[in-house]
Amino acid sequence: MIDFEIPQPLQKQLSILENVALQVMRPQSRYYDEHEHERPWDYIKMMWEGGNNAGYRGRSGSGGGDPLQVGKTEAGEGPKMRNVILMHTVEMLSYGDCGLYLSTAGGALGGAAIEAAGTPEQRERFLTRFRSGEPKWGAMCMTEPQAGSDTANIRTTAKLSEDGKEWILNGEKIFVTGGLMAVQDSPGLLVVWATVAAGTGRAGMKAFVVEANTPGCKVARLEKKHGIRASDTAAINFTDCRIPFDNILGSPEVANAEAKDSKGFAGAMKTFDATRPLVAASAIGVGRAALDYTKEYLTKQGVTMRYDAPYAQLTLVERDVMRMEAQLRAAWLLTLRAAWQMDNGISNTMEASMCKVKAGEAVTWVTQKAVEILGNEGYSCKLLVEKWMRDGKINDLYEGTGQINRLIVARRLLGYTRKELQ
Amino acid sequence: MISFAPTEDQQLIIDNIRRFVRERVQRASREADEGRGYSAGLLSEGWQLGLLGIWTPEAMGGLGEPHSAIGAALFAEELAYGDLALALHLLTPALFALPVLEFGTSAQQERWLSSLESEKLPMLTAALNENGWNFDPANLATTATRDGDGYVLNGAKVRVPIAAEAEAMLVYAAEDGKTQAFIVEKGAEGLQIGEREQLMGIRALPTYELTLAECRIPASAKLGEAGGVELDKLLNFSRVTVGGLAVGVARAALEHAVTYAKERQAFGKAIAQYQSIAFFLAEMQMEIDAARLLVWEAAWNVDKGSPATRECALGVHYADETAMLVADRTVQIYGGHGYIRDNGVEQLLRDARSFATLTGSAML
Repeated sequence: MIDFEIPQPLQKQLSILENVALQVMRPQSRYYDEHEHERPWDYIKMMWEGGNNAGYRGRSGSGGGDPLQVGKTEAGEGPKMRNVILMHTVEMLSYGDCGLYLSTAGGALGGAAIEAAGTPEQRERFLTRFRSGEPKWGAMCMTEPQAGSDTANIRTTAKLSEDGKEWILNGEKIFVTGGLMAVQDSPGLLVVWATVAAGTGRAGMKAFVVEANTPGCKVARLEKKHGIRASDTAAINFTDCRIPFDNILGSPEVANAEAKDSKGFAGAMKTFDATRPLVAASAIGVGRAALDYTKEYLTKQGVTMRYDAPYAQLTLVERDVMRMEAQLRAAWLLTLRAAWQMDNGISNTMEASMCKVKAGEAVTWVTQKAVEILGNEGYSCKLLVEKWMRDGKINDLYEGTGQINRLIVARRLLGYTRKELQ
Repeated sequence: MISFAPTEDQQLIIDNIRRFVRERVQRASREADEGRGYSAGLLSEGWQLGLLGIWTPEAMGGLGEPHSAIGAALFAEELAYGDLALALHLLTPALFALPVLEFGTSAQQERWLSSLESEKLPMLTAALNENGWNFDPANLATTATRDGDGYVLNGAKVRVPIAAEAEAMLVYAAEDGKTQAFIVEKGAEGLQIGEREQLMGIRALPTYELTLAECRIPASAKLGEAGGVELDKLLNFSRVTVGGLAVGVARAALEHAVTYAKERQAFGKAIAQYQSIAFFLAEMQMEIDAARLLVWEAAWNVDKGSPATRECALGVHYADETAMLVADRTVQIYGGHGYIRDNGVEQLLRDARSFATLTGSAML
């Protein structure tokens, strides 16, 4: 039965998170936007200790109830809702502040890749750290200066050592979200994409886990960004960086097959089916912040929205705000569907890309529109609206640009291979 | 608990409609548009899908299920995926029957709902729309004035489906400034049916202008009598149905566009293999899905009985714009061939624009 009801326990969890968003995150937003490379330790520690990250990045909540229990009935297991819960959590934290949310300790994209493609032994060995002790981060190293969307063009190499016991990584990675925190500021880890057979494209691409403080792995610089400044974006160099053989993500066959097939690559690309809806949710959180602010502002100015008024009577501002609401809601429902599919074991590659396209586009437009509607005040740094416009844009760029995700949707829709539609 | 899956019963009905429109409607739609009509036989077949009967009380020959806005949106999409004019034609009795079901007195229900048992499409309709760029269903120019033991209706209506053949219609009019519905029977004094309208699209659906000049009806003809109707509720039913219809039209267009783009060759490969076309198609699919989910959510709110005007308004506008966007891009992808009537896609563009005038005049 088609149903949009949010279960009570999740609603409760969300109202706690809304307090965090408004009372804890918002007051710090401007500070960390203006102090780009400072770490928001107060927020990080509070979230880590309170378990308020609600299971995001591998650490399930210990305070305020375990939200992952939502949906469980007394009779036993209820419907699976992990991804639906995560997207709600991510949306609410991003509604508070997208940059701070990205700084939340946990496995992040690195953790998600291990979760999706790792063996049970690897999940145990690498992910346990995100459940106890001091705050730790995971990160994903995919992009290189010459290879963004074109991931098959990655040049970082992984060679077996002569005794076959180690992989030796060499190359340069950029745009590593949380990279500094993952390898320098905490005993975290990186998931690094590299080729075991240069020139073979996807077939030779594998993922490797590099733990913090491994010799040969070094943060080269931190980027200065348009927005999400509370989150570090690192460039990381690998120079004869040696890691244990068992750190190749997936079963040993992945390594043995070497250049023969791209199963390892395809398997780990599945990570995106889970992470794209979360990026979409984050986008929507930022968009909602801007939309809510705009509506509250207008209400104070005596403008009330008339949803049932005929076209001829609506003002331009009302029409704009209605469009903003509809765009964000559309993106939200597409995202909800993709997460629901993930939870229910329904293949969602197309829908995950679709929600990411829509949400990236919606947040970009909605936040730009909010600045426009608020005029002189909107453009001023006295308000956070201009910041939300800068923060929001990242969602149309990372985790696959709007263009590459359109391509994925189109290939699925048309039944085309990568070769047939380039 | 969140779910995006229709019930088994709903899916069964969707499959039935899909079979009907694929086998019987889609190939007839071009000619119906040119010749301005569907055969009585096809209309009876469509009626016998029994959509309205699901919600008709058992005592009146129906299944007696509670009226479901989600069901309405689902079925409307499937019908309009076949052909919008046919969908609207088949939904016309619902314009009359559902308000009677929702707000009619028991006498009104007994008298009118039994006619739904007919094997042929019942000749029942409704008159709501009025000319004017600032038409507002909550502020009608047509008036109903109490006079002795009856009402006198005055005004002019447009876009009234099957008015010339209708046994009865619901006429919406302002009584003391509030919109109410009145049952006007065939041949009522002062009811003048005009010429059939010539419209840009939905040409297979016969619609008419009509005039009410001192049209006298008994007091018992006011729907719900003392209780009257809740316009918002009726409009919200209508909005989600129209939303479903719009999604159906868009879906039909996208199907054409995908097929054509994979066949049509340019510069040595299918045009779908170029990103400019592929991105169009991806966006069309994305907007269709977005519109559908907005309509579903609005309908879900209606079924829950929560205030849903905002969701319904946003949903129907989104779906309306999506139908236009998708139909327009389909014509664009076809290039000059899209402009040729025989190729069937310019019709979708003409049909899609009708949602600008249909909001508030379709219901299931």
